[in-house]
Amino acid sequence: MSWAGPDNFPSTSLADNLDKKLLVVLRDGRKLIGVLRSFDQFANLVLQNASERIIVGDLFCDLPLGLYIIRGENVVLLGELDPLKEELPLSMVRVKAAEIKQAQKAEQDATELKGTMRKRMEFLDLD
Amino acid sequence: MLFFSYFKELVGKEVTVELKNDLAITGILHSVDQYLNIKLENTRVVDETKYPHMLSVKNCFIRGSVVRYVQLPPDGVDVEILHDATRREARGS
Repeated sequence: MSWAGPDNFPSTSLADNLDKKLLVVLRDGRKLIGVLRSFDQFANLVLQNASERIIVGDLFCDLPLGLYIIRGENVVLLGELDPLKEELPLSMVRVKAAEIKQAQKAEQDATELKGTMRKRMEFLDLD
Repeated sequence: MLFFSYFKELVGKEVTVELKNDLAITGILHSVDQYLNIKLENTRVVDETKYPHMLSVKNCFIRGSVVRYVQLPPDGVDVEILHDATRREARGS
């Protein structure tokens, strides 16, 4: 993924992140957290002890996923989680999987409703 | 190659990378590669409250394919040198 030039230019290699706990953001908006075990030039990744962190408003939940291979084209960014800092704002509340799924559905319904209402208003062409 | 070389000149400067998912991250450019993947250090997210999961992330690797813009410091650009490099590149291809 990179080569060291004559000036000993810093590398974009993910080798420095191996065996570290990372946050991976995917194109579909999912946030995965896990230990990076492997990568390649396409940013395909192997994450061990992966979990998906679902965040809805002030609620969050980590769903355990296990060992994951992520295809590089879906990767948006890899973030190194600073162990000395709080991963999330203290105001956020950890809840169980069932509750977060409920909250997710409620959020989805609200966005859908906004969407359909907007479509109806657009038809009226009020501008 | 031109933009790869150009970004290499900007290593150490503070930039803001705006991604296609609308997330914008400010940080010091640590490194760049031939795919224009970017590594940023001392990162902070532009709209922090909207992205709570990014709170403790201070260094990140951004895949080149997801970048929409890289916002540069106004004095980070030597327009003349860039023009010359572009002309040379255009002539070469």
